[in-house]
Amino acid sequence: MDVSDITRMANQIADFFAASGHDDAVKGIADHIRHFWDPRMRRALYAQVDKGGEGINPLVVDAAVALRQTDQSVASKT
Amino acid sequence: MGLIHETDFGTPGRDGAAVTLEIDGMSVTVPEGTSVMRAAMEAGVSVPRLCATDSLEAFGSCRLCLVEIEGRKGTPASCTTPVAPGMKVATHTKRLADLRRGVMELYISDHPLDCLTCAANGDCELQDMAGAVGLREVRYGYDGANHFDAPKDESNPYFSFDPAKCIVCSRCVRACDEVQGTFALTIDGRGFASAVSPGGDNFLDSECVSCGACVQACPTATLTEKSVIEMGQPERSVLTTCAYCGVGCSFKAEMQGNEVVRMVPYKDGRANEGHSCVKGRFAWGYAVHRDRVLNPMIRERITDPWREVSWDEAIAYTADRFRAIQEKYGRGAIGGITSSRCTNEEVYVVQKMIRAAFGNNNVDTCARVCHSPTGYGLKQTFGTSAGTQDFRSVGQSEVIMVIGANPTDGHPVFASRMKKRLRQGARLIVVDPRRIDLVDAPHLPKALHLPVHPGGNVALINAIAHVVVTEGLVNEAFVRERCEDDSFARWAAFIAEPRNAPEALEEATGVPAAQVREAARLYVTGGDAAIYYGLGVTEHSQGSTMVMGLANLAMATGNIGREGVGVNPLRGQNNVQGSCDMGSFPHELPGYRHISDDATRGLFEKVWGVKIEPEPGLRIPNMMSAALDGSFRAIFIQGEDLAQSEPNTKNVYDALQAMDCVVVQDLFLNETSGLAHVFLPGTSFLEKDGTFTNAERRINRVRPVMPSKTGLDEWEVACRLATALGYPMSYPDTSAIMDEIAALTPTFSGVSFEKLDRLGSVQWPCNDAAPEGTPIMHLDHFVRGKGHFVVTEFVPTPERATRMFPLILTTGRILSQYNVGAQTRRTDNVIWHPEDVLEIHPHDAEERGIASGDRVMLASRMGSTTLHALITDRMPQGVVYTTFHHPITEINFVTTELSDWATNCPEYKVTAVQVTRTNLQLDAEAAE
Repeated sequence: MDVSDITRMANQIADFFAASGHDDAVKGIADHIRHFWDPRMRRALYAQVDKGGEGINPLVVDAAVALRQTDQSVASKT
Repeated sequence: MGLIHETDFGTPGRDGAAVTLEIDGMSVTVPEGTSVMRAAMEAGVSVPRLCATDSLEAFGSCRLCLVEIEGRKGTPASCTTPVAPGMKVATHTKRLADLRRGVMELYISDHPLDCLTCAANGDCELQDMAGAVGLREVRYGYDGANHFDAPKDESNPYFSFDPAKCIVCSRCVRACDEVQGTFALTIDGRGFASAVSPGGDNFLDSECVSCGACVQACPTATLTEKSVIEMGQPERSVLTTCAYCGVGCSFKAEMQGNEVVRMVPYKDGRANEGHSCVKGRFAWGYAVHRDRVLNPMIRERITDPWREVSWDEAIAYTADRFRAIQEKYGRGAIGGITSSRCTNEEVYVVQKMIRAAFGNNNVDTCARVCHSPTGYGLKQTFGTSAGTQDFRSVGQSEVIMVIGANPTDGHPVFASRMKKRLRQGARLIVVDPRRIDLVDAPHLPKALHLPVHPGGNVALINAIAHVVVTEGLVNEAFVRERCEDDSFARWAAFIAEPRNAPEALEEATGVPAAQVREAARLYVTGGDAAIYYGLGVTEHSQGSTMVMGLANLAMATGNIGREGVGVNPLRGQNNVQGSCDMGSFPHELPGYRHISDDATRGLFEKVWGVKIEPEPGLRIPNMMSAALDGSFRAIFIQGEDLAQSEPNTKNVYDALQAMDCVVVQDLFLNETSGLAHVFLPGTSFLEKDGTFTNAERRINRVRPVMPSKTGLDEWEVACRLATALGYPMSYPDTSAIMDEIAALTPTFSGVSFEKLDRLGSVQWPCNDAAPEGTPIMHLDHFVRGKGHFVVTEFVPTPERATRMFPLILTTGRILSQYNVGAQTRRTDNVIWHPEDVLEIHPHDAEERGIASGDRVMLASRMGSTTLHALITDRMPQGVVYTTFHHPITEINFVTTELSDWATNCPEYKVTAVQVTRTNLQLDAEAAE
């Protein structure tokens, strides 16, 4: 998946949830990505975070870290 | 089955207290305000008439419907005389018969006696009335002054106007006024010189919108479909549903054998109640167009010529290639797209094929590019992904807010309902960058127009809500009883912040704060207020946020849960609602239930006999990205021209070219099929058997009026392909598919073909709690329980005007054309819109030295195209507009990769562009 697409889409999601405060925003972002993103997109996001998360909103980084811990279908493949 | 003749009661029905009277010795009880003519029809007595028909208010001009009323002088017209308690009416007496014969003599003395060669022979009310009154001679002869030599107007491509046959009953004029609301026709002249006139030289050059209401109202052969003139009278009718916009009009397909003679709007169709637009009424010829591809075709590479093959070979070839790709690249390497132009049953079967036979959830639908934010936004706030009202509800609205929609072009039959209500006094707020026709239409009160800057929607809805909250206009009782306390409190605190005030957001909205405040106050204090919106809301990077903003506003003001109010998406295609209902999204099974829900998946797994992948699949734009990275290699596309309709066309071309197998199922070869390896011919709506669900959740039957021209129905193709892929799938007929849908989908559990045939249509939810359907949703509680408020922070789109690209482009559609034009471009509708043109404000044009008709280059950071300019002050300065109906223009080479944050619905409505004069040729012109 194109990294710039993944980054842009994730950051847009963060922009929406940012108003709800850090913890709720992280949860909202993680839930949204879990519910609407195909596993290969989530994998691409985690990979980008692993590389330092350049250009990715810090809320997304936190959400990706949290989400990955429970993301069984993707965890085994990364 | 013969022709369906609907009863014409002569004048419209009324609601009122019961009144009992006597007609020809029979007692009859009707509502107060009913005409004597209608009361007589209710009693089974037909009073002769010519100027009366029940779609129009009584006019009282023909003097044929005279009756005698005990105790009253003279012979009043029954159409204009209301019933009264105890009234005694005689409809057939010697005196009345003599009077009627006298009237008919006068009419016939100025009417050509060419009945045997007349196109209306057998379908002419004048002919019928001559018979009904026993006309045997015309004592005046036929040599006096007459209109026999009046020239015909053949300018309209679909109907002829022959004034020689006109009796000047004004039914056409009144239909144009009362039903359509266009006021294009008038009676020109006085006395003997009176004549129906379209105002100018002819119908084509007039303001006529070719809805056909005048043709339908005409009691003679004066206004006649050219197809009837050419083919003769039809012999049988089949009730079916239009395949154009989301209004979903019911039509009688009137046939000779297997040939359509004409499509006539069906009076008992609840979406349209006998009205139509130029597309549904006349532009059906594409279904039998010579461009139709009727045999399957395959090719190894897209550079090879197509090779016609049998269905068996095409399906085996597709299955082999799909299986090989999955073996090499994994189960998730293939997917498919369902079409909103196909029936619920066809869509259901394709998504089932993808989930069960492909073994993944890589299914999406063309709603992705239009109303996917509606699905997300209304589900979050109300609990279900659908509009709240039926279309009739607008008849009770006192304030109508139209946002990002242009109903007179996009949803014309609903627009006629809306205009009727506006003529009765409802107030109108229009939120749109352009001054759309509704803003200052003749005979409508002037709208409060908020010319929002493209991309400023959320700022605007927040500003409106700010006024509501800070000026104490919240409906506290409704919110307390029906909505969540905590989410409301959070939202109200956010929206009340000074940064959401109209004044603070003026730059973002482009609308003076005073106008925003006026609109907010009108919406809240003007009475029952309804919101109707379209793609101007959804096709933005904050499309979903805006939908939730609309829902917030409606909840905060209590405008939900009864007639006349609500939040209503005007769906673009005939079955957008249905294709979404049927589980076409990669994260949802039919009925909007998430794929990760074990219980729901278990239901489907039990019936389908296969395990279902619990992870969401790819959306259309994600499929394109995955194709470019090599993880998505094949696609089944049901009835969508991705290469024309998706944004950022170059990216789509690259993605499709990167795939190993592209399968297109469609009526015609199109831009996408140029990149395909398999072409499976589709069936038109005239061949389909199933259901469409319109924008008001109404499930309507689609009935085949002719056999499939391809030899297979589309659902059968999906079944065969699934079977060839190793998942046996079959149904005896389409009613069995609906039975399976009903068994697995709670909101459809009461739906069956038998019920639809019996009731005509039903609106979902249709189940044990609402066996005949649900016209208005969220009556006592929201589907999700309590209404949920969502904080809608305004986040400007990154797409902004720059020095290089200083204008903003928005795109949309026009009345006579439809989406990518595959259908309407193959009809005579091209006479009204032969090409896409660029609308530009006079100032912007002058700055660039552009005149109307000049060829201009339209360029964005993505690409460019050329088209002709049209200077118009209905555009605001700084914004240009065009349509996307013609592949020659390829407007989506210009649109960007940006999309809605929640759903990836493309941001078609905001593209920064520059416009310059050019001497480059349009592709078509260059080709010539």
